[in-house]
Amino acid sequence: MITGGTPERSCKGRSLGQAGLLLAQDLTIGNRLRNVSADLVPGKISAICGPNGAGKSTLLSALAGLREPDHGKVLIDGMPLAGIASNERARRIGYLPQTGEVAWNLSVRHLVALGRLPHGDAGENAVSAALEATHLTEMAERPVSTLSGGERARALLARVFATDPQWLLADEPLAALDFYHQHEVLAALRAAAGLGRGVVLVLHDLALAMNHADRVLVLDRGRLVADGPPEEALSAGTILQVWRMPARWMGDEGRRALSVG
Amino acid sequence: MMNRATTLFGVLLLLAMPLSLLAGRVWIDAATPNATLILMDLRLPRAMLAVTIGAGLGAAGAAMQGYLRNPLADPGLFGIAPGAALGAVVSLHLGLASGLLLPAFALIGAGGAMALLALIAGRSAGIALFTLAGMMIASLAGALTSLTISLAPNAFAMSEIVTWLMGALTDRSWADVQIALPPTLAGIVVLLFAGKGLDALTLGEVAARSLGMQPMRLRWLLIVGTGLTVGSGVAVAGIIGFVGLIVPHLVRPLTDGRPSQLLLPSALAGAVLILVADMACRILPLVTELRLGIALSLIGAPFFLWLLLGMRKEMA
Repeated sequence: MITGGTPERSCKGRSLGQAGLLLAQDLTIGNRLRNVSADLVPGKISAICGPNGAGKSTLLSALAGLREPDHGKVLIDGMPLAGIASNERARRIGYLPQTGEVAWNLSVRHLVALGRLPHGDAGENAVSAALEATHLTEMAERPVSTLSGGERARALLARVFATDPQWLLADEPLAALDFYHQHEVLAALRAAAGLGRGVVLVLHDLALAMNHADRVLVLDRGRLVADGPPEEALSAGTILQVWRMPARWMGDEGRRALSVG
Repeated sequence: MMNRATTLFGVLLLLAMPLSLLAGRVWIDAATPNATLILMDLRLPRAMLAVTIGAGLGAAGAAMQGYLRNPLADPGLFGIAPGAALGAVVSLHLGLASGLLLPAFALIGAGGAMALLALIAGRSAGIALFTLAGMMIASLAGALTSLTISLAPNAFAMSEIVTWLMGALTDRSWADVQIALPPTLAGIVVLLFAGKGLDALTLGEVAARSLGMQPMRLRWLLIVGTGLTVGSGVAVAGIIGFVGLIVPHLVRPLTDGRPSQLLLPSALAGAVLILVADMACRILPLVTELRLGIALSLIGAPFFLWLLLGMRKEMA
């Protein structure tokens, strides 16, 4: 569906150990984020979880280079993100904010094509591939105002796909979606990770994180309190400590459900 | 940049131009005495001015609506037009309005508003705060204009100021064209450079930045672009309202909706609208010629109401 995007293609001349990585080093932003460090690897889905106000969105936007940290830095392929020109950064990191704003009533195709702005080309192949990956090809000419909530969320995700970025950062991309569309979008994200892209998601739904992420970062009041495979990072102990809710996981690995109380 | 709407309004402009040269109190035909004189010294500069000002207002309106992501935005919001009006009113008040002095004062007023905006631009983070600051400049300039009017030495001076504010293209010459045309053209080019950034803003400020839009660069393009177009327009024709609001609306449904695609056709449509409205002002059999600014507001206000009612229906 989407071509290119392998991390190896653009890592000449940088320290080998950091090639392809998105590194947060000791990030501090006001009271929202305190001394958070993480090394995100491409080809995987990483989920950022935590209660409201834990700093999830702040961390994601800092990783996207949209928020200047008070302290610490973000590195991509070993280079400080802050030193990369905005268009170049935009070509490497696609970012999907939580607000699904679309100010004007564009067609789905034109909306998705906005993802080509950092490249300054029409990128028709990339746009078609992004429409295909999100199952929107048939409604490409429809105005955005006629879409359902789920279709709209997929169109906005397709916009990020169209950029053909190395990294795909999305803030609550599943929040407005029903059960069926959540899994459809997750499948598209998994396919993107399969092509070597790094996928980083802010997720509220712990069961989705548990079953679909390769790695989970748990934030609590601005601090990183757990980081690892979902079975470890989202243990009942962590959930009790961070969310203050007694809970236990039911079912088999990969199909867990959270039972609260 | 070329699209269906650009072609349509380009053709309309080519049709309206010769008509506006021939129409007026005196209809020009082959037998009209002094036909060349009327055409070259009266009608042509006036038509050129109508096209210039309309194009500037149309493009500035389209850019402002794109920047604020709001179809109700108007180029007057940043306070540049009120700043230029204040400059002009001060020159009239001081009796320094002869020849090129009035436009010069107006340009200084517009420049002052732009300088204030630039000062604010570096300090306020989001678009909403920046726009509010621009509206405060507009409201300050409006208050100072009213103050100047209230301090007018006599009734005649006051009426002169008020009449000027109404906006008109009566008795304009090539000198006025020379004042307005170059800055307006430059301003439209500057606004065209903002197109990509405005497209990105369709997705909101944060998503736009993630697409590489540079907020400060875009803000500067907007300040300079609207300053040049609107400021020079007010300097030669006074306040002409509603064009910057209506024109992008009329044009938007004919485009694919992207703000960048709206700029050029809005410039052309604005030119057509003012050209035709000014022609109508000349032809209408009234005791005195209808002021262009009044005529456009007479069309504009009901249109605005209709728009609001339509939006209410959409929300319901």
